Amino acid sequence: MKHGIIVGAIIAVVSAAMILWMRTIQWMPVQAAAEARPIDWLFGLHIDVITFLYVLVNGILLYSIFVFRRKKGEEDAVGANLHGNTKLEIAWTVIPLITVLFFAYLGTLVLNDISAAAADEMDVNVRARQWSWSFEYPEAGVKSTELYLPAGRKVKLTMTSEDVIHSFWVPEFRVKMDTVPGITTTLRITPSEEGTYKVRCAELCGTAHAAMLGTIRVVSPEEFEQWLQGKQAPTSPADLSEEELVTLGASTAEAAGCLACHSVDGSKSVGPTWKGLFGSERTLADGSTVVADEDYIRESILNPKAKTVAGFPDIMPPTYGDTLSELDVEALIAYIRSLK
Amino acid sequence: MKIGRILLGLIIGAAAGAALYVVMRLILGMPAMSANPWPMIALMAATGVIGLMLGIEPSLGLARALAGMVLGFAVGLLLVYGIRLLLGMDPAWSPEPAWVTGALLGTIGFLLGVGVVTDWLKWTWGEETPLQDGPPKGKPAWVRYFGPDQNHKVIGVQYTVTGILLLGTAGSFAMIFRTELSKAGIDFLPADLFNTFISIHGIVMIASILLGVGGLMNYLVPLMLGARDMAFPRLNSFGFWVAVPGAILIVLALFFGGWDTGWTGYAPLSVRGPLGIDFFMLGVFIFGFSSIVGAVNLITTVVGMRAPGMSMFRMPIFVWASLATSLIQLTGTQLIALSFLMVVLERIFNMGFFDPASGGKVLLFQHLFWFYSHPAVYIFILPGLGIISELLPVFARKPLFGYKWIALSSMAIAIIGFLVWAHHMFTSGMSESLRVPFMYSTMLVAVPTGVKFFSWLGTMWRGKLTFPTPMLFVLTSIAVFLIGGLTGPPLATVPTDLHLHDSYYVVGHFHATMFGGFVFPFFAALYFWFPKITGRMYNERLGKVHWLLQTVGFYTMSLFMMRAGLLGMRRRIVDYDPALGVEGYQTVVTWAGWIIFISVTIGVINLAWSAYRGKVAEPNPWGSRSPEWQIPSPVPEHNYEEPFEVVGDPYDYGVPGSVYVKIEPEPASG
Repeated sequence: MKHGIIVGAIIAVVSAAMILWMRTIQWMPVQAAAEARPIDWLFGLHIDVITFLYVLVNGILLYSIFVFRRKKGEEDAVGANLHGNTKLEIAWTVIPLITVLFFAYLGTLVLNDISAAAADEMDVNVRARQWSWSFEYPEAGVKSTELYLPAGRKVKLTMTSEDVIHSFWVPEFRVKMDTVPGITTTLRITPSEEGTYKVRCAELCGTAHAAMLGTIRVVSPEEFEQWLQGKQAPTSPADLSEEELVTLGASTAEAAGCLACHSVDGSKSVGPTWKGLFGSERTLADGSTVVADEDYIRESILNPKAKTVAGFPDIMPPTYGDTLSELDVEALIAYIRSLK
Repeated sequence: MKIGRILLGLIIGAAAGAALYVVMRLILGMPAMSANPWPMIALMAATGVIGLMLGIEPSLGLARALAGMVLGFAVGLLLVYGIRLLLGMDPAWSPEPAWVTGALLGTIGFLLGVGVVTDWLKWTWGEETPLQDGPPKGKPAWVRYFGPDQNHKVIGVQYTVTGILLLGTAGSFAMIFRTELSKAGIDFLPADLFNTFISIHGIVMIASILLGVGGLMNYLVPLMLGARDMAFPRLNSFGFWVAVPGAILIVLALFFGGWDTGWTGYAPLSVRGPLGIDFFMLGVFIFGFSSIVGAVNLITTVVGMRAPGMSMFRMPIFVWASLATSLIQLTGTQLIALSFLMVVLERIFNMGFFDPASGGKVLLFQHLFWFYSHPAVYIFILPGLGIISELLPVFARKPLFGYKWIALSSMAIAIIGFLVWAHHMFTSGMSESLRVPFMYSTMLVAVPTGVKFFSWLGTMWRGKLTFPTPMLFVLTSIAVFLIGGLTGPPLATVPTDLHLHDSYYVVGHFHATMFGGFVFPFFAALYFWFPKITGRMYNERLGKVHWLLQTVGFYTMSLFMMRAGLLGMRRRIVDYDPALGVEGYQTVVTWAGWIIFISVTIGVINLAWSAYRGKVAEPNPWGSRSPEWQIPSPVPEHNYEEPFEVVGDPYDYGVPGSVYVKIEPEPASG
């Protein structure tokens, strides 16, 4: 009994202190979506209980190690002849059972909360492929390689994949959902903080999985409308200077996922490097050669199977014609041209 | 003269490999030599080693098995080539079906070569064969460990040593990619190789754990039950040897393009990848036979071969854990084998099981896969938890607290474990109505697991604790498995899992359950029963160094893995975004990983060295009541001269003078 009181007191004090300490730790990235708040709250509650149980078990363990160790002169001594205690066993069956069921109940509530539809939610279609993301705003008829979202409005992502399983995860939004070939999956998010984030593919999807990142820009509703209108009335490549085109091309290359497979510094990757590509003579898989001019690069973006460079696998998705605008393509060509 | 024979074997073997290579290429219509010299060198190395082994001892089962495997491969390649040629298919040489057939026939060649099916074949011809009795006559005693021996203790050692070899293999791959990950950016490991290495690390570790589990159960259960051997000694031998070609095929995948799917092999990525995927999946398929026949054998032994007086609730607690484990193995393994076989069939014959491009269902694979692969983690941990329960009373000098509760909690985990698989699929896009029920069922696993923890604490409470190396490993097992267990509920809760799934948090959680539930208890068991197996003591000081380094290294590694995951570090990526603020944690994890690697190396060296040079052990150094400690070490060929009689409870350490088993007649020496 004496031991029980001492260890109980130690555990009460230490676990209270540890719970308070744990609460000061910023476990997660910034909360950039409304869904993050209930999820972080639930996670914090988990941490409280985990911390208590951690101290409870380790407290009794360490107390036993120090207090109940065999001391000098006790070589043949044996421990107390305790075989068990049915009341205790029932207690530590029932109390954990109630605890975990309570957490499952809370989990259900939070899940219903964050996956509920909203009347004014905006639809966005997400397509994933090895190894890039693209987005479509069906109401506005706009396609984009970057996901622009207005802050404060719930968006319903309807997602699919063109090849293998990928997974849409923005750590700052907390939620993730696989994109699965053959079916569509849904995910609802309500971005709350303006800023630039990355969607990170969370399901191993082959060679360049690590580099499968997409850009998300959460902007004010006004800025979003502006961007949408700009997309609806696209700028002609002729309106931009060469320098502006190169800048645009560099950001398109990142947003469209080109850089997952093509390096810009001459290093070896899944696909040919872009450095020094423009104007060079390319040896194709069938042994013929071709000079890499504007037309060749345009064709290689829109119809990559037409001419495959020798020594590289024929795996580039043939779908960029659907996801890139004419301006995007011209900007990419200008960017590649600039990489001497 | 011996040296001359060994060298001759090596040369003849290598020459035979070269000849086989050239002949095969000519038959298959290729130029005799290829531009890439490595396949020929690899084959010559393999056949050279076979020749060398045959030179050492011509009857060596392993050498014959490997030779049979090489021949099986050759026959398989030629068979597919011949069939395609006859059918007029173009081209006649198609690598994928040829190598898959080669792998299957290679496995059969291996089993025929090693001789584990010889008795059964003879029976079908009406010839009777006696059960093997003792080491093979007229040969060195060590030969039995490299051939089809039928003694459960030899098989137990075979399992365990092979398990440790695979542990080292898988751990070495981990060290390579862990080093790559210590800094952001791709430093030396290309993405495809990284993906292959994490995949092979995962599956070889699993194979290693299954072999370790098989080793413990095979060695200990018959001894604990008072049985002369396992129920089916020939099947037991088959169970071990069929695992070996399985493991070989998995490692061979490295030389056939590797594979980039992780150990989970999710379709449709696995339907598209390189030839290595076939080797990986066939390897697992064949390995599965080992689990299934091992489980049949163990269940039969436990049910039917207990000593007089040993009721179910008087069995040593490890036997309960083994029984629960075997029930899972017997019922679950088929599903992973089936899912992998379906992928191989889809790859070769374009059967549209999983790839929607040919009419398949993507999620079907995940359901089939996890129906086994979730319960599989209980296969890995239940024996380890059984070891904890088995050893604690010995070192606390106290009865096991709540024996029946612990015994039945193992069964409860085994049953609940089959109802929770879809918690791996909360973000998979499966029907949303499935998520909540699987959240509830998954939470239930915490209850019997909690019973075990509290019962362990109850066992230590008011005991007289001593701390030799096995006890230290037991205590760390509890502390580490606690981390693994407590970090589970946030993954089981759907909303928090939406963030945590596929992140490094999962990696940290999983490694904590595996180290706490298997690796630490496995080493506790190795140190504890080492004197029983070898008759010698390990080095206590080195054992404690091993324990300290592994404990510190692992604690650090798992906590920092989980920390990185919370911040957005994804699992299975060769490069990460330093903007997440995880690079420092990654560096720490790499260092911690190296500390673990070094500690395990120290442990293995300690055990290997002590097996030859260790101090001769006392018959019962731990003062255990368990029957295997009441007979000489190493254990005689057929365990107990007479079946012992159980007259008491297994863990009455608190009652002076009480005994568990009565062994008659008294052993001659002891």
